[in-house]
Amino acid sequence: MKHLLFAALGAAALACSALGAGAATLDQVKQRGQLACGSNSGLTGFGLPDDKGQWTGLDVDFCRAVAAAVLNDPAKVKFIPLSAKDRFTALQSGEVDVLARNGTWTSSRESDLGLLFAAVNYYDGQGFMVRKKLNVNSALELNGASICVQQGTTTELNLADYFRSNNMKYEGVVFADVNEVIKAYDTSRCDAFTTDVSQLYGERVKLVNPDEHVVLPEVISKEPLAPAVRQGDDQWFDIVKWTHFAMINAEEFGITKANVDEKLKSDDPGVRRLLGVEGDFGKGLGLTKDWAYRIVKAVGNYGEAFERNVGQGSKLKIARGLNNLWNKGGIQYAPPVR
Amino acid sequence: MSVRAEPAVAKASPFYDPRVRGFVYQALLIGTLGWLLYEAAANAAANMRARNIPTNFDFWNKTSGFDINFTLVPYSAQSTFGDAFWVGLWNTLLVAAVSVVFATLLGFAVGIARLSTNWLVAKAAAIYVESLRNIPLLLQLLFWYNAILKPLPNVRESLVIPGLFGAPFAYLNNRGLILPEPKFGPGFAWTAAAFALGVALTAAFAVWAARAQRLTGAQKPVGLVGLAFVVGLPLIAFFAAGQPLTLDYPVLRGFNFAGGARVLPELVALALGLVLYTATFIAEIVRSGIQSVAVGQSEAARALGLGTKPMLRLVIIPQAMRVITPPLTNQFLNIVKNSTLAVFVGYPDLVSVFAGSVLNITGAAVQIILATMAVYLVISLLTAAVMNAWNNRAMIRER
Amino acid sequence: MDSGASRLETAYLRETPAPTLPPPALSSGALGWTRKNLFSGPISSVFTLLTIAFAAWTLPGLVRYFILDAVWRADDGAACRAPGAGACWAYIGQKFPFFMYGSYPREWVWRVDVTFVVGAALIVWLLAPKLRGKQVAAFLFFVAFPVLGFVLLSGWEAVGLPKVGTDLWGGVLVSLVVSAVGIVVSLPGGVLLAMGRRSRLPMVRMASVVFIEVVRGVPLITVLFMANFMLPLFVPDNWSPDRLVRPLIGVSLFASAYMAEVVRGGLQAMPKGQFEGAMALGLGYGRMMRLVVLPQALTKVIPGIVNTFIGLFKDTTLVAIVGIYDFLRTVDTARLDPLWAGPSISTTGYVFAAMFYFIFCFGMSRYSQYMERELSKDRQR
Repeated sequence: MKHLLFAALGAAALACSALGAGAATLDQVKQRGQLACGSNSGLTGFGLPDDKGQWTGLDVDFCRAVAAAVLNDPAKVKFIPLSAKDRFTALQSGEVDVLARNGTWTSSRESDLGLLFAAVNYYDGQGFMVRKKLNVNSALELNGASICVQQGTTTELNLADYFRSNNMKYEGVVFADVNEVIKAYDTSRCDAFTTDVSQLYGERVKLVNPDEHVVLPEVISKEPLAPAVRQGDDQWFDIVKWTHFAMINAEEFGITKANVDEKLKSDDPGVRRLLGVEGDFGKGLGLTKDWAYRIVKAVGNYGEAFERNVGQGSKLKIARGLNNLWNKGGIQYAPPVR
Repeated sequence: MSVRAEPAVAKASPFYDPRVRGFVYQALLIGTLGWLLYEAAANAAANMRARNIPTNFDFWNKTSGFDINFTLVPYSAQSTFGDAFWVGLWNTLLVAAVSVVFATLLGFAVGIARLSTNWLVAKAAAIYVESLRNIPLLLQLLFWYNAILKPLPNVRESLVIPGLFGAPFAYLNNRGLILPEPKFGPGFAWTAAAFALGVALTAAFAVWAARAQRLTGAQKPVGLVGLAFVVGLPLIAFFAAGQPLTLDYPVLRGFNFAGGARVLPELVALALGLVLYTATFIAEIVRSGIQSVAVGQSEAARALGLGTKPMLRLVIIPQAMRVITPPLTNQFLNIVKNSTLAVFVGYPDLVSVFAGSVLNITGAAVQIILATMAVYLVISLLTAAVMNAWNNRAMIRER
Repeated sequence: MDSGASRLETAYLRETPAPTLPPPALSSGALGWTRKNLFSGPISSVFTLLTIAFAAWTLPGLVRYFILDAVWRADDGAACRAPGAGACWAYIGQKFPFFMYGSYPREWVWRVDVTFVVGAALIVWLLAPKLRGKQVAAFLFFVAFPVLGFVLLSGWEAVGLPKVGTDLWGGVLVSLVVSAVGIVVSLPGGVLLAMGRRSRLPMVRMASVVFIEVVRGVPLITVLFMANFMLPLFVPDNWSPDRLVRPLIGVSLFASAYMAEVVRGGLQAMPKGQFEGAMALGLGYGRMMRLVVLPQALTKVIPGIVNTFIGLFKDTTLVAIVGIYDFLRTVDTARLDPLWAGPSISTTGYVFAAMFYFIFCFGMSRYSQYMERELSKDRQR
């Protein structure tokens, strides 16, 4: 009866996606033929649609990688732009299958909100951007500054903590929409703009004169950005987690989008296992054995995705830093596929 | 058996009895509404439990942890979410009050200007009204915020507004208008008391003058006497108490001014947008209100020998106000409701602080949104009640 | 020469009337008009001069910025960033499809165009007093058009129109969809609520009053918040309303409450005799309302309905708060395109948006004023 009524209501609605929060996500995705990916509504380098609705970014490529592994087609992703306010409810309610929206992994989000963060695909931290002409070299010189910040994010709280613990004063100018934050900073309403460092670089390119702005060296918080899934579906959790690990492992083995077919003939047992030439490590995940091959074929390895979206191949030009491989000075490390 | 014995024609089927039908309709309506509400509540409860969404107001007394850059009541990051609510509410009331006053003044001026015999003035007023009322308020706010911030200098190049003796009095920059903050000394209470006394005396004098005019026809200078009471008495008290008021001048320190009080550019942009937009509607209300007063009324007033001013004050305006008051009330309420657009220009009003920051941090969406709606509903109902009472007093006493 | 001679003979007698002299220069013609309408007194003169001074101060700058110095043709923002450049109309031209359709697939935008044209035609049919067959038009607009629009815009695989998700919709398309749904739902909804408010059944009356007053007492933003964040909680777990549908529901509820008050005004203005006459003819409540009362009452309040619609149309800009890309938000975010970023982009975008809204709203308000005059003709003798 309950369903009848809401079915009637739903008929009036444009489209209602029937999703069961508890059922196996993998089956639903396969049945639907499409991955529902919660993404940022517009963050250069992470998730940004262009005028034609084509999405690009590191988080976007992550979702494409999942789609390549599960559906054998990186294009079968529906990106659902979410605000900071409703991103977690969208995941909880089953509206999206995976939330790759530069969300910070925190304990309370896992314990209280019933989420699981799969793997850190970008190690970030909160920083500040200021105008070069202010001649500020450190965040500790920002006493009394007015600072533009987006509303109700961990950023707003970190900012308050940082200034209080350093006995400094500031004026926070708060907006709901990050676009308004940038606009206010750009019109000189604020001396500084604070958010995750990666985002600072992403937003800087939108300013009228990007070269006049500089990101300060201080990083005042740990912001491990990680894709998240719902609790209670371990298989799906594994798929999302290992999608990231496959991309890291591919980079470690030197497998790229260009040479992945060649590498199929490689003698390295690690490469052979990863690409499904030897053994079947996809089966346990509910995937075919060439799952990792398809990921690399579709979006390349982690390093490629990084450089293309936020690194030297992009406008952002962010250095790898912490996000380099563990054997190259970073902390990106993946367990082996075996 | 007894039923069959009754004559069939005497009573139509109860299906056609309007009372029975009414009862059935109402029962159906109540049943459906109740069932819908129950379903919604049950679903919400189940969904919220499943998603670990808080269902109570426990967050109210927890430390908020975020700062607000403009507060009328004491607040810091160590205050509670409940304190943040009050900050937001006061900020909403402040911007609404400021906007109501200026929108009314501008609206009346423009409404009268549209009726001006001066062609240019009437046309200019018409262009203003027709253009701004047909552009969404949100667009205007975004534009004003941009337009206000762009030309203002940064803090170190502040425009200085000189005071009486040439010393800097106030500063204008892209942080807003920084004014000296008045600090009240202990004797200031006497000045406040004198002001209250002045208001009371003026009211008493006005009542007496009205009675005198009814009895003798002589008019008393209520305005002048009132001014003397309301301004003179507090001034006397102020100087008698040894000027218990000092000004805390702002001083530039590092990035910003220390001390002094500040008018945020966000507040100015929001109030400006609300005033310019709402004034167009008030102008139209005023215009139609004045036009609704029959021409015979002003002719009759002239025939009685009234000059322009007394005619307006005693004949035209009281009658026009009867037409103007109800829609004017609606416009005041629109200002309160439209002040929620503050969230787009970064002014910390109730929606921005409470249904924004607090909601995002606590995740208590249902309680917070319902509480916010309740606040606006109460403000609306209270305002409507006050304005209705006032309107009832002004209504025509018909025989 | 001959006539000259004859005039000389009768010089004392005027045969033709003397030419009419123009009235004194100061009370007629341009000068007289100026004196009467611009300088009728000292105060009036001051105001005139002030207005002229204000115009002289602002207009040249505006003309220079928006027309003379404006950049009309460019492939990227470089020309607009040049010092001294005015408004960047080239940017509007470049982004125009995005402003109109958002990210709607370019090969399918004809579906949007068809919907726009059909909707516009039906609205003209409904509103133009001269065109006949209003009942057919009303049926088409309120029943057939929504179905057609839904099929065209959202897609229906069976007839060869692939689905286009609402996440790709944007710009003018979304603004018009929100306002169209608002009007299509709110008019019948408003009529029902207004009838409920005037019902003699206390429960029906109370339910209507509470709904109308509560919705009218709260800001639209909170209603949109409620639709966006709370609605998904109120429905069973496995229904998740589309992100565009949620604000549509919110806007529809909101507009219905305002429409109800307009319709109520029309119902209250109906003379009692109309009700009594209908009842004397033996009409039941439904037929009395449908055949006698509502046609007259609704016609009476057409200006009010149009005004409510203007307000609704302006209010559609607020759906941006729940992340919907309506026209204004599309304009407001397009300016962040690094290719075009420049000092004049925001102003150009805002002015373009303002012109768009102005043309729509001003046109509708003119129509409403015209109807007001038309409708009061029966009272003029």
